[in-house]
Amino acid sequence: MALDSDTQKFKYIGTRPDRPDGLDKVTGRARFGADFSMPGMLHGAILRSPHAHAKILKIDATKALALNGVKAVVTRADFPTGLTGEDWNIQENVMAGEKALYDGHAVAAVAATSQLIARDALKLIEVEYEVLRHVTDVDEAMADDAPVIREGAADYSVPEGMHPNIVRYMESGRGDLEAGFAAADLVLEQSYKTEAAHQGYIEPHACVGQLGADGKGELWCCTQGHWFVRQMCTAVLGLEATQLRVTPSEIGGGFGGKTTVFIDPVALALSRKANRPVKIVMSRSEVLRASGPTSSASMDIKMGMTRDGKITAASGTFRMQGGAFPGAPVDVTTMLAFANYDIADVHHIGFDVMTNRPKQAAYRAPGAPMGAFAVESMLDELCRQLRLDPIDTRLKNAVKEGTRATFGPKFPPVGLIETLEAAKAHPQYNTPLGPNQGRGVASGYWMNWGGETSASVAIGEDGTVQVSIGTPDIGGSRASMALMAAEAFGVPYDNVRVNIADTGTLGINEPTHGSRATFASGLATVEAAKEAIGKLCKRAADKWGIDAEAVTWEDGFAKPSGPNAGEFPPLSIAEIAAEMGSTGGPISGHFESSPDGFGGSFGTHIVDLEVDPETGRSTILRYLVVQDAGKAIHPAYVEGQFQGGAVQGIGWALNEEYIYGADGRLQNPIFLDYRVPVASDLPMIDTIIVEVPNPGHPYGVRGVGETGITPPLPAVANAVRDAIGVRMTQLPLTPPRVLAAIKGRG
Amino acid sequence: MVAVNLWSGLRALADGQEVVEVEGETVGQLLDALVAAYPGLAPAMERGVSISVDGQIIPKNRGAKVNADSEVFILQRLYAG
Repeated sequence: MALDSDTQKFKYIGTRPDRPDGLDKVTGRARFGADFSMPGMLHGAILRSPHAHAKILKIDATKALALNGVKAVVTRADFPTGLTGEDWNIQENVMAGEKALYDGHAVAAVAATSQLIARDALKLIEVEYEVLRHVTDVDEAMADDAPVIREGAADYSVPEGMHPNIVRYMESGRGDLEAGFAAADLVLEQSYKTEAAHQGYIEPHACVGQLGADGKGELWCCTQGHWFVRQMCTAVLGLEATQLRVTPSEIGGGFGGKTTVFIDPVALALSRKANRPVKIVMSRSEVLRASGPTSSASMDIKMGMTRDGKITAASGTFRMQGGAFPGAPVDVTTMLAFANYDIADVHHIGFDVMTNRPKQAAYRAPGAPMGAFAVESMLDELCRQLRLDPIDTRLKNAVKEGTRATFGPKFPPVGLIETLEAAKAHPQYNTPLGPNQGRGVASGYWMNWGGETSASVAIGEDGTVQVSIGTPDIGGSRASMALMAAEAFGVPYDNVRVNIADTGTLGINEPTHGSRATFASGLATVEAAKEAIGKLCKRAADKWGIDAEAVTWEDGFAKPSGPNAGEFPPLSIAEIAAEMGSTGGPISGHFESSPDGFGGSFGTHIVDLEVDPETGRSTILRYLVVQDAGKAIHPAYVEGQFQGGAVQGIGWALNEEYIYGADGRLQNPIFLDYRVPVASDLPMIDTIIVEVPNPGHPYGVRGVGETGITPPLPAVANAVRDAIGVRMTQLPLTPPRVLAAIKGRG
Repeated sequence: MVAVNLWSGLRALADGQEVVEVEGETVGQLLDALVAAYPGLAPAMERGVSISVDGQIIPKNRGAKVNADSEVFILQRLYAG
C-alpha cells in the first residue's frame, strides 16, 4: 500500500471534473435525511429538560397518550439497563435517566400521526423536577465548591483528591524545562480561553427508524458514519449488530458532529413500541441545545525564546469541558499544541472536565484549534517583543522529516516548511496595510486517520466501473474515488459510478472523519481495482492461451507483455467485460484493512483584517490558506476543504460561542444569535496546494479536511493584535470585546 | 527486546520508568507484554492507547510488525474528528 512511485504521471488525478452528485443537488433531486418517508410512518418529537441540572422525580405521560393520534411515548424505562462505559454515556445522553444533565437533555419522546400532534403531546407530559445547582464554566467546574455532575465518572488517570468533575488527567513531555527556560532571552506566560462552538452544519439531524418486535430493523439517516450509527443504536437498544440495517442519506454538512447519535435510537425505540416507522427531524434550536458542540477550553502557556528566534522550552496546561460526560478532546490538544515546532524541553498537562452542557462531539480537528490559538498567539507575541518576522521564526523552529515531535516519535515526511515558504512568497504577505488594519500569521497541524475500511469495485457488462465505498460523501469524495478508479483502470472518469453502500452491503467502515475518506477509501478503491485488474488480465490470458503473468494492464487494455507472450491485439475492458459471463463470471475486486500509512497535514494561514475603532467589528480583507495535500486528487475539492476550514475557524475566532445564562440555559439557540459567517461576510479565500507526497498511499494522498480549521483562530487573533495594539486572549473576538480592549488601551 | 517509550502519565504505573524493554514482534504482543510486566498499566491499556512505530502512528492494528531496533512510543489514545 506504499506510494507506487514518487515520479508517477497521472492522466485523471489532478484534474477538475464536475462532481457526480452535482446535478442532483442543484436540481433538488438529492435526498437528504428529512426527505425519507414510509407508508404508515409516524412523526416523533422529544421533550427536553428546561433545567441545566435536575433530578427527574416523576414522568406522567397519561394525558399525552390519551391525545387522539398519539401512538407511543418512550422514556428511559423503555431502554435496556446494564450498559457500561461509552455505551452507557450514549444511552444516558439520548434519553436522561435519573437526572437531566443540561438544558435540552431529552427526558421523553412521543410518536404521533403528525408532527403537530406529537408536539402538542409533549406539552401534556408532566415531569416533576428537583432543580440542582449547576455549572457550565470549565474553571468553575474544577473548583472545590462546584456541584458534582456525577460521582464515579473519573478513570484511573485522575489523582486522588481532585474534584469528581475532573474525569481524566494526563501529563506528557520530555527534557528539562527549567534549563530550557533558563536558556531563553525572553520567557512569556499567559492564560487563554476559547468558547464552545457548534459545527454549524446546515442540515439538522434527521432519521426514519423502523424496528420490529423481532429485533430486526432499518434506519435511514443523515450521518458521517452509518456503521458507527449501527453500533451505537444496537448497543443502546440491546439489539444484535447486523439485525439493524442503516442507510445513509445525502448529508448537508457534518464536520464531526454527525459521527454519533442523538435521535436515531429514540426513533427506533418509538418504532418498536408503536410498531410503525417513526421519523424525527431536529429543529435548529434542538441541534444547538442538544447535539454535540465542541469543548470550551481554558489554557495556561509558557514559552521561552532566544533573541534570534529559537524556542528553548514550552509548557502548557489545558483544561477542557466536554459537557456532562467524559470525552473532551484534551488528549489531542496536549499532543498537538506544540507539534509544529522542534522543542527539546516541553511539558503538557491536560484535564477533561464535566459540566452541565451537552455531550461534546467531534468538530473538525477536535482539540487542535484551541491549543493552536494559545500557542500560536504566544509565538506571535514572542516575535513582536523580540522584533522577529513571524514566518522566519516559524521556519527556524519548524519540524521536518526526522524531527522528534513534541509528542515523542520522529516525523515521517511532512510539509510545514513548504507551506511557510509558499506563504512567505505570496504577494499578500507584503501587501501594504492601511489604518486600523492588521496582519496575522499562524500554522497548524492535524495528524489524520486511517480506520476500518472496506470497498468493492465491480465491472459492468459494458466495461464501465461501479465502486462501492462506506464513507458518506461530505466534501466531494465520490469524485475523488472516481478519479482514482479511473486512474487505476485507465477508463474515463465518466465511466465510473461511485455508490455509498449501506451497512448490509460492505464490511465495517469507520465514518468520514479524521480526514480519512480520500486517503482510506481511496486506498481501498485503488487496491480493489488492482484485484479486479488482475482478474481482467487473467481473462485475457485465458483467451490468448498464455500465462496471466504475461499480460499487463495499460490504459484500459490488457496487452501481452514479455518476450514469450506472443502477438495479440490488445483487449479493452469493454471487450473482456462483454464476455465475462461465459469466461468465468462477474469480475470484481475487494479490499479491507485498517490502513496505518496516513500522513499528517500542516498548513499556514495569513489573514489581513480591519477593525472598526467605533464598533470593534472586524472585517476580513484578505485570507490565504497554504496546506500540504500530499497529492491533490481533485484540486477543486481540496481547495474547498481549505476554504471551508478557514471560514469555520474565522467564525469561531470572531463570533461563534455558546452563551449560557445564570440559569444554565443556552441563550442563543438559533442562527440569528449564534452567528456563523456567511458568504457576504468574507472575501474569496485564496489557496495554495503544497504537495509533499505521503509515502503511505499509492498516489501520495494526505487527508486535508481538518488542518484548515486549526490556524484561523490564532491567525485572526494575531491580526487583531496587529490592528489594535492589544493582545486579546479570549475568543471569540466579538465587537463588544474588541471595543472594550480598544478603550482600555490607555 | 524492544524499547518502549511511555508518556509521562504512564510512567507512574510502570515503576516510574520512562523506557521499558519487553519482548514482542507485533504491536499486540508488545502491549500484552507491557501489561504482564507492569499490571498497573492494565487500566490504561483497556481504555485504549495508540502506538508509534518508527514514526508511524498505529491507532489500533495489533498485528503491525515491530523490529527489535524499532523506535516505539505509547501515545494517548487518538481518535478521528
